[in-house]
Formats: sequence, C-alpha cells, structure tokens
Amino acid sequence: MSTLDEGVAKTEIAAKLIPIYVMGKKYEVPESLTIMKAIEYAGYKYIRGCGCRGGVCGACSTVYRKPNDYKIYTGLACQTVVEPDMYLTQIPFYPAIRATYNFYELEGRPEEIYELYPELFRCVACNNCTKVCPMDVEVMDYISALKRGDIAAAAKISFDCIQCGLCASRCMGELAQYHMAQLARRVYGAYLTPRADHLKTVVANIEAGRFDLGVKSLKAMNQEQLKQAYQAREMEPATAGEDWKPKESIGL
Amino acid sequence: MKVSYYPGCTLKTHGKGLESSALACLEKLGITVEELPRWNCCGAVYSLADDDLIHMVAPVRDLVRAKEQGNEILLTLCAMCYNTLARANALMKNDPEKRKTINWFMDEELDYAGEIKVVHFLDFLRDYVGWDKLKEKVTNPLKGLKAAPYYGCTLLRPKEAGIDRFDNPSIFQDCLRALGAEAVDFDMSTQCCGTYQVLGNPEASLKVSFDILKNASEFGAEALVLACPLCDYNLGKRQGEMKNKLGLANDMPVYYFTQLMALALGVPEAECHFELNREISLGFLKERNFLKASA
Amino acid sequence: MPIFASKTECDDQLRQRIKEISGQEFQKCFQCGTCSGSCPMKEHINVFPRRVMALLQLGQKKALEEANTPWICAACHVCLVRCPRSIDIPRVMEAIRQVKLRENLDQVDPRQIEKEKIAELPQIAMVAGLRKFTS
Repeated sequence: MSTLDEGVAKTEIAAKLIPIYVMGKKYEVPESLTIMKAIEYAGYKYIRGCGCRGGVCGACSTVYRKPNDYKIYTGLACQTVVEPDMYLTQIPFYPAIRATYNFYELEGRPEEIYELYPELFRCVACNNCTKVCPMDVEVMDYISALKRGDIAAAAKISFDCIQCGLCASRCMGELAQYHMAQLARRVYGAYLTPRADHLKTVVANIEAGRFDLGVKSLKAMNQEQLKQAYQAREMEPATAGEDWKPKESIGL
Repeated sequence: MKVSYYPGCTLKTHGKGLESSALACLEKLGITVEELPRWNCCGAVYSLADDDLIHMVAPVRDLVRAKEQGNEILLTLCAMCYNTLARANALMKNDPEKRKTINWFMDEELDYAGEIKVVHFLDFLRDYVGWDKLKEKVTNPLKGLKAAPYYGCTLLRPKEAGIDRFDNPSIFQDCLRALGAEAVDFDMSTQCCGTYQVLGNPEASLKVSFDILKNASEFGAEALVLACPLCDYNLGKRQGEMKNKLGLANDMPVYYFTQLMALALGVPEAECHFELNREISLGFLKERNFLKASA
Repeated sequence: MPIFASKTECDDQLRQRIKEISGQEFQKCFQCGTCSGSCPMKEHINVFPRRVMALLQLGQKKALEEANTPWICAACHVCLVRCPRSIDIPRVMEAIRQVKLRENLDQVDPRQIEKEKIAELPQIAMVAGLRKFTS
C-alpha cells in the first residue's frame, strides 16, 4: 500500500461514522462534519441551498428532528454539526411576498410599513419564529416593535437577520417577517438615524475649496514625489494617548 | 406604590394622548409605574372559541412578563387590552387543563397560573387610590364641564372582566365628579361603538357611533369622555364622515378621561397631546378656559 | 317568517360542531328575543340573533349561511349579559364564524384595505378585525 493509501485508511478509521437521514434516506457520515459537508460526503453536489458556507448568507436553512423527540430543530447546514440519527431536510427557498415601493418616497413613519405589510397585524405572538431562527434573532420581539410603531427597536433587534426564510415558513399569521424587518432597517438607516454633524461641516469645507490647493499640488507630483510625500505623511503614533491631535485639522 | 404597566400597540402612536396624560396623572398621584419589558400585542379581542388556545398565547405571554417583573398589579389604559388581558388571566386562573396546555406550549416562558391582578386605570383609581384622594389632588377643577362618560363594551362586559355593574355603572361618573366636572348620564353610554366593524362593515359602524353621539348630545353633553383608542376613532375621528354621510349637526369634542384628569391635576398641556384629538377638542377647552392652570 | 324544517334537512353535524366550538347548550334558548332587542347592530343584520339561535336549534345550514349576523356582530356582549338563560351568544357567533374561517375562507383581505385607512386606524382595529375576519 502506498503512503497515501495508508494515510487515507488511517483517516477513515479515525473518524467515527454516524447515521443521518437526508430527506428520509440513510447515510453514514463522519461525526465531526457539518450538515453541509456531510451531505457532500454522502455524494450530493449542491446546486442550490448553498452559499457563503460561512453562516451569513442564509441559503442553507435546514430543519431536522431527532429520534424520540417531537421538537423541531433548525440550523444552517454550513454551521451545524451532524448528530446521530438526525432526520433532516433543507429549505433553501420559502415563498414570501415582498412589497414593492419607491424607497425615496418613504419618510420613516410606521404607517408606511402598515400600508405595505398590513398582514403584520395577523401576528399572534406564538413565538414560532424566534424559536426557529438559526441566528437567535428575537423575531417576535421585532414584529411586536413594528406593531407599536417602534421602527428603531425593530431595526436593532433584527440586525443579525440573514433572510433565510425559516421564520416565514413557521409563521401562523402567514407573515414574511424578514421582509418587514429589512424595510425597517432600510428606513431606520436612511431616515431615522441622526445625521453626523461633522460630516456636514467637512462637506461644506470641501465645497468651500479648503482642500483645492492640496489636491492640485498632489496632482502635479510625479510618482517619485508622491511616494516621498506618502512616506513623509503625518501618522498617529501607535502609542498615542486620547488627546493626540494632528498638526493639520480639516476644519472640525 | 408600584405597578406594572401594559401600554398596548396603539398607545405608542395614535393613542399617545391617552398614555402620556395617564402617566403624568399617575406621577401626580404618587404611583410608580414600570412598563413591562419585551411586551407584545395582546391581540385586542379575546378569542371566544372553546378549542382555540393559540389566540390565548399573546395575552398570557404579557401576563408572564408581568409575573417576571414582580409587581402584584398590571395596569392597563386601553379598554380593549384590559378586557383581553383580564379574561385571559381568568382563564389561566380557573381552567386547569387549558392552563396546562398553554404553559406547555409556551415552554420557553415561566409557567403562569393567574398570579397577577389585571386592572384598568378606572378601577385602579376607585380601589387603590380612592375618589377622595383624587379629589384632593385636583388643582384645576373642571367646573361646569358637562362631560358624558362613554363606557363602551369592554370595560363592563362580560361580568368576569367588568369593572362595575353592566346595567347601571357609576365608576366613570364618580371619576368625572372627583375632577369637578358634571357627569351627564345618557342612555347609550354602554352601547357598542362598532369596534372592529370599522374594518369589516364601516357603514354599520359609522351609524351605531352616530346614534351614540346624537344620544349624548340630546341628554345635554358638551363633551364625550372615553377610555379606548378605537372608541376615540369611531366616535371622534369619524365625526367628519358622519357630517357628510349622516348629517351630524354639531361636532362634539371627544377626550380620553386621562387628558381631562391631567388638566384637573395641573399637568402641562403638552403632555396631553391634544394635537392628536380633533381640533375642536382643544378649541373647546380654550374657549371654556379649562387650560388656565396648566403651564 | 316561520322556519320550515324536516328531519332530513336538519344538519346535525353542524349543530354538534357549533356546540363543540362554542361550548354552549343553545337548545336552552326559549326564543324570548331579548338578544335581538339589545343588539346594537340590529339595523344592519338580515337575521336577528334570536332567529339565528332557532335556525341553529333546527340545524338549518343553508339559512345560517345566508345570515350575515356573525359577520356584523361586534362581540359587544350585551346579548350575553341579558340572556335569561345565560347562553353565551357571542361564543355561538364566534363558532359560526370559525366554521367558515377554518375552511380557509377569510372574509377580509388585508391587502384590499385602502392604504389611507390602514394609516389612520388605531392598531387595535387592524389586529381585532383580522382576528375576527381571517384565520
């Protein structure tokens, strides 16, 4: 046997195999794999339901059950490690209507969200959505926040949402929660967060021509001069204290 | 004295006038109010189907929050929310089988068995503050105001949730008198305004509300006083529609009882949010000089 | 107007279902008519509550389906507090509504409501309306 074959043989014996059921069919897979890797180990090739493989895109939502346990478990296939006798399926896509709107016509009032998603009021606070979320987002809480007009709270609570659609799949009121949350976050960011005053100041300074001379002189430099200027630039020392200030202020 | 407080969805937006003025009044009365953390919509109506437990989950979850907060009393301002929470509370207290199933379903929450007492601000005032104490705190009595108390359905019916007897209640009148106003009794003060039929059958709801206003005015009321944002919508905001479709002769100013109470207790006008009432409401108060003592 | 009923027309399954969902012994109703007199929506319904109870007692499914009473009912509970036999009529109305709604036949589509109205209405109106008219 070649050293390669020996190595492979050793690896195979080292990883203990456990049974899992993919859509009802049984496979023996190494116990340390994620669901996604296990399904690929079993011979499947993903053409759907797989994305970043890093737990942030929401493509690989998986629902599973365990023996003698009535509970429904969910997770992302790329993050969840297999368990013995796990009985799973994947839901890469769940139908959810999304309202169409002209974002620039919105103002950030809660009534706008009510008009676009009136089924919001069908929520019965059953908490299925929160229980099923693979990112531990408190879905029921942000829906509750939206119902009482608190867009800011809804935006903050739903921050980790990856739009996987599991909440919509379990919703008793047939809401598409994650679309409502996304609208809330968009509206919050664009219309409700306070504007940075210093940004206004700097933009005004730019428009007033404060940096014109500097930019002109940079443009006139050749590559060698630019390199020198770059290396000679003033930088905040790594050990600088709280009150370090650059010699040149930009007008703030 | 410390109580837990359940606002309900509407009180943070359309019903801001009710919340803001009520909290100001509670402060004047020396009551510490703690809003429930993480509260959810209670469902607004109590489900009347015997086999329907899922619609109990929403109000019970709020009762669990109240239990977690640790106060004995849960105070409500919106009459519909009061009714739903009170009846859900009674269910959890009295029906062992349903209590077990609901607690089992809500396995991520504490078990609940009706430990909290749910009150509406009106019966809280009667039972825990007292009309005499309220009267003592009044600095700007609403003398000469002919106010018709409108109970609606949810404060009095069914009996298990009623804050007073449904056939001849007096709690709202007692409150108005303690504030110095003249309480005008009228026949339809406990008749339904139509509630959610504003959604399903808006014309029917408009007519029943119109009849109530007409009746109140026939008995000499100058203003209608109420405790529910939906009654405020049906009886107040829809007056414009009533003028066009049903020939309503005169606008009637409509207030939340807490807005009038706040004025009587000397709370600044801004905290009553009269801009959310119809214009005639603030206009009437100015005309009759009821705003004089508030900053 | 008299109700004509025969044994073959009497839908006992419907009767049992309503009894289960409402938990009410509606055969106790002796047709006094107090509920009809008290109902605030009486101008707007085509079958008075008293008659609805009679139709139920006789299992008249078709006539019950033609009644708009459960859909105009505002659950104000006046009928309950005045009924001399303490029949929880609001629960009976809710049961009739539920029988329809559980067949997935919603009476209101939230997306068909005018947008201006949704913006104006207090949230409790939307929540309550959708609870009573949709499933």
